[in-house]
Amino acid sequence: WTFLTGVSVTMHACTHTHTLTRTHAPHTHTHCSYGLFSSSQTFDKILIANRGEIACRVIKTCKKMGIQTVAVHSDVDSNVHVKMADEAVCVGPAPTSKSYLNMDAIMDAIRLTGAQAVHPGYGFLSENKDFAKRLAAVGVTFIGPDTHAIQAMGDKIESKLIAKAAKVNTIPGFDGVVKTAEDAVKIAQQIGYPVMIKASAGGGGKGMRIAWNDEETREGFRFSSQEAASSFGDDRLLIEKYIDNPRHIEIQVLADKHGNVLWLNERECSIQRRNQKVVEEAPSMFLDADTRRVMGEQAVQLAKAVKYSSAGTVEFLVDSKKNFYFLEMNTRLQVEHPVTECITGLDLVEQMIRIAKGYQLQQKQEDIPINGWAIESRVYAEDPFKSFGLPSIGRLSQYQEPLKLSHVRVDSGIEEGSDINIYYDPMISKLVTYGATRAEALARMEDALDNYVIRGVTHNIPLLREIITHPRFVSGDISTNFLPEVYPEGFKGHHLDEDRCRELLASAAALHVTSQLYSHKILGTQSDLMLCYRVSSAPMDQNNWELCVELGQELHDIEISKSGNSYIFMNGLCLSLQVKVDGGQVEVCGDWNLASPLLPLTINGTCRMLQCLSKESSGNIVLQYMGTLFKVRVLSKLTAKLNSYMPEKVSEDTSSILRSPMPGTVVAMSVKPGDTVADGQEICVIEAMKMQNSLTAVKQAKVKSVHCQPGETVGEGDLLVELE
Amino acid sequence: LAVLHVHQSFACLLQTNIQSDCRWYSVSHLSVKERIEKKRKAAQMGGGQKRIDAQHQRGKLTARERVELLLDPESFVETDMFVEHRCSDFGMEQDANKFPGDSVVTGRGRINGRLVYVFSQDFTVFGGSLSGAHAQKICKIMDQALTVGAPVIGLNDSGGARIQEGVESLAGYADIFLVHPSDLPHHGSLCILTHLMLCLQDTSYLFITGPDVVKSVTNEDVTQEELGGAKTHTAVSGVAHRAFENDVEALLYLRDFFNFLPLSNQDPAPIRECQDPSDRLVKSLDTVVPFESTKAYDMLDIIHAIVDEGDFFEIMPTYAKNIVVGFARMNGRTVGIVGNQPKVASGCLDINSSVKGARFVRFCDAFNIPIITFVDVPGFLPGTAQEYGGIIRHGAKLLFAFAEATVPKITIITRKAYGGAYDVMSSKHLRGDMNYAWPTAEVAVMGAKGAVQIIFRGKENQAEAEAEYVEKFANPFPAAVRGFVDDIIEPATTRKRICRDLEVLASKKQVNPWKKHANIPL
Repeated sequence: WTFLTGVSVTMHACTHTHTLTRTHAPHTHTHCSYGLFSSSQTFDKILIANRGEIACRVIKTCKKMGIQTVAVHSDVDSNVHVKMADEAVCVGPAPTSKSYLNMDAIMDAIRLTGAQAVHPGYGFLSENKDFAKRLAAVGVTFIGPDTHAIQAMGDKIESKLIAKAAKVNTIPGFDGVVKTAEDAVKIAQQIGYPVMIKASAGGGGKGMRIAWNDEETREGFRFSSQEAASSFGDDRLLIEKYIDNPRHIEIQVLADKHGNVLWLNERECSIQRRNQKVVEEAPSMFLDADTRRVMGEQAVQLAKAVKYSSAGTVEFLVDSKKNFYFLEMNTRLQVEHPVTECITGLDLVEQMIRIAKGYQLQQKQEDIPINGWAIESRVYAEDPFKSFGLPSIGRLSQYQEPLKLSHVRVDSGIEEGSDINIYYDPMISKLVTYGATRAEALARMEDALDNYVIRGVTHNIPLLREIITHPRFVSGDISTNFLPEVYPEGFKGHHLDEDRCRELLASAAALHVTSQLYSHKILGTQSDLMLCYRVSSAPMDQNNWELCVELGQELHDIEISKSGNSYIFMNGLCLSLQVKVDGGQVEVCGDWNLASPLLPLTINGTCRMLQCLSKESSGNIVLQYMGTLFKVRVLSKLTAKLNSYMPEKVSEDTSSILRSPMPGTVVAMSVKPGDTVADGQEICVIEAMKMQNSLTAVKQAKVKSVHCQPGETVGEGDLLVELE
Repeated sequence: LAVLHVHQSFACLLQTNIQSDCRWYSVSHLSVKERIEKKRKAAQMGGGQKRIDAQHQRGKLTARERVELLLDPESFVETDMFVEHRCSDFGMEQDANKFPGDSVVTGRGRINGRLVYVFSQDFTVFGGSLSGAHAQKICKIMDQALTVGAPVIGLNDSGGARIQEGVESLAGYADIFLVHPSDLPHHGSLCILTHLMLCLQDTSYLFITGPDVVKSVTNEDVTQEELGGAKTHTAVSGVAHRAFENDVEALLYLRDFFNFLPLSNQDPAPIRECQDPSDRLVKSLDTVVPFESTKAYDMLDIIHAIVDEGDFFEIMPTYAKNIVVGFARMNGRTVGIVGNQPKVASGCLDINSSVKGARFVRFCDAFNIPIITFVDVPGFLPGTAQEYGGIIRHGAKLLFAFAEATVPKITIITRKAYGGAYDVMSSKHLRGDMNYAWPTAEVAVMGAKGAVQIIFRGKENQAEAEAEYVEKFANPFPAAVRGFVDDIIEPATTRKRICRDLEVLASKKQVNPWKKHANIPL
């Protein structure tokens, strides 16, 4: 009977794997267990107190388990998660403090819909003990650990003490709350620089600053306490020794209410910018089986020490000698949980729901496998060319996830037409690829990034693609300083070597020629009698073109011809072109569909996925190649010659104007007209997506005029301050 | 020479020519064949190398370079290369002041294989000024173009009439005028008779009287640029239809734009092979209209998402921005698109937007181009400025134009369609062929708040009444139950519906009652 049930539910789970979780990874080894767990009764209705991709993620599992779902949303945010849920309740206006953090409204929603349990996702109320308490008071199950564990681990000072007691390796530092900036300086001097200042209540990199001297400690204290106050409503800070060049490796644990705790292997999350993770993977290349086991066991000791139940994560810093130190424990589902799901075959959300209902874990530690390799890229709506990513906003005018590729999982909560606004996290999706080996997973990630179509907002795919193809990353030589070390001057996009440059030029030229041929495809051209045009047109009989392509400041001469008799040009389908560029010969073949954003080409026999973002009559083409956008201008040789007579446009001097680098709110304006500012002096602070960004002067000058006030909302590129 | 004080630069011009070019004309001892060659060569050089260099230094191309850039390679067939001016006054009869071809290059050629006649004024010869011979050359190709049914493109770069000759009139069949720098009197009046006028930033000027005359008559200080620059005419006066950065950009855009248009008003609108699936669902349209009906969105988002390859050639993009007009293709067919722009002045109709829309609608109707209208209009702009300016008269132009048009007309109401403005925007009442409403459509006399204030003036429970009004009218049903919209459609299916309808409407035949000409309220 059990066997039969298992089989039938397995098939059920299979369908969902494709239609709902949109996972194409072959989890055959796990399907059986999925089926068995699904058969146990849990809740009838769950409310998901979150938004975006994580809300969608939880709803998918609920659907799989046959549980009704309730979504909550703010009045500007009825996105995919609202459509997916069976019911939806609006809990307030756009700002998170009035909606997703509004406990009263969420409690009302629970009462209104009769939800029996609440899944908090991550962020928002997920680690809020008061929320968990209020739920318990009305008999609603909080899908997560109990309040004691949340409280113990949520406070960084207390958690460190508990960890020490549980014989978990900890970082040397000050075990108490820092009151003033001067206190901070004193403590920092005692510990010895560099130090890390962080919010006691914090997480996710918010409210965290590194200081290398007294000055930075004061500044860091100010910023962190402000950020901590606005993000967590708690401005307490602590200071500890900053371990330079460490890796960030975390252990996923799973504990039930009966004292059973498992460790589900590690996740390597070292690639970070501003202490926020960008690329994660599981397992880590760095850990050997022994270290992994010791870390796992310490994580389990800690979980047991606080009587933890549900899914949780114990974060460690690992130095180059494989010494590891406890960092913090996150008492919630992590953003990067999918990589663990990929290699262990467990559905963590399902496990959390079962545990919350009181079921015992059904696996033993020896049942937890490492099957293959999984990598996750966080695709953000942000500009990677500005400090590795400043938020951008906009409407996704075109959006295609690379789901046609196999072994790709995309967790997202948006769709074509969705708005990315200033109120919420700018994450577009989590792109996960899976393979038998790391190399396979990486190759699939490269393909997936190239096939990902995002239009309407600036996104970080250029950076992601550079990271996952960088020799240091590929060889596993990474640390949390990876980005600043690899790009000390800031991220500048893909650097084209000679061959790649030639390929890009050839592709642009070929695209130009194809569109020229296409322009001649007006019906009536080839004596189309049906249409009875009065004047017939001449057919295009050109087979060779002499072009000039401008890339950056350089002009390249290009000769291009249809190759032999091999081309077929029916309905603009397939065309093969020989391109002579900078003395080299490149063959470009392709299915030229100018209506598609994707441009799959075969260049010298190698398949390359390019994207065409725009193509103007003026010859300007924007292509995405190797993840990065390149602006080229393709002109005929004659046009290029005549174009040289055209006067150049004078561009604006940007050193004396300060524009907002991102959309956000002005929280502080440090100057007024008439002030003199020094090079590097702070002019104003913009808060966007809960991050405070200090904007500084790039030269010494007198302030001519100020165009914004604290509290004002500004858009990207808005003029803030003019200098003389 | 002494009497050539028309324009200072002309005088200099003549002097240079005398010095550099006189040898070409003392050639009587040469054979006819050699003389032909010499003349041809001279014609190629226009006003001579120095003038050509000067033109380049101003960031401008010569008449011939422009023609070469505009037309397909090697397709230009020139006419009247040997024509010279016939003026015998003021020393003009001297050989040194005669240039084969005079100050304009004329002929025919092809753009993407399609026939076009073209004239290009040569600023290097007497500043491109218009002589009798010059006008005659243009008229000749215009006559030819009319007989074969092909369009004429004029590339203007002229100081105006050649004063030595007196003014010669030009009857214009010209189709598209690409106005090049310094267009002085007469050309100003001529250009506006054309169907479409494009101009250049920083170098195109167009006015009835120049700044000097303005100063002496009205004592008004104004620069050339302010008075008749590209910005003035594309953003303020609405005289020009689009401005470009420079010659090269303008000509490249013109080549692509030409593909949208039929060769004559007797041809159907062209159809290009289409790679964009006609049944493509446009998911992003389902969320483009914001929840709050007071919030703006960009009508261009809708247009770009719906049309083939997102390729939309906007006409007058910087003038009366509360209405968007331009050309695009649907399943390969050229269509004209008119849309209210909620992002600017809530997309209301005012004097300028009405006139802009009306002119575009008539353009489409004249050239057999189907019209697709996207409606989100809160009404006509109220106020004395508009009333005194004659909004009734000007608004009627748009109404007239839509009513009169016999080309296929498809209308999509995306949100608001209020009051008289609803009627005007290609409604079913104006013989719209297919009129659709999105679920977000509100077809009503006015917004709920205003309506309730009038209906229940002085009464309590205004909020309740408002809610009732919203329930009753702020949705597509009142119009749909009366058949004033043909269907309520899912936004994502809009492209599919339009393409399918255009297929059917391709054979639409509708004839207006006979009249000498319609009497549009000018």
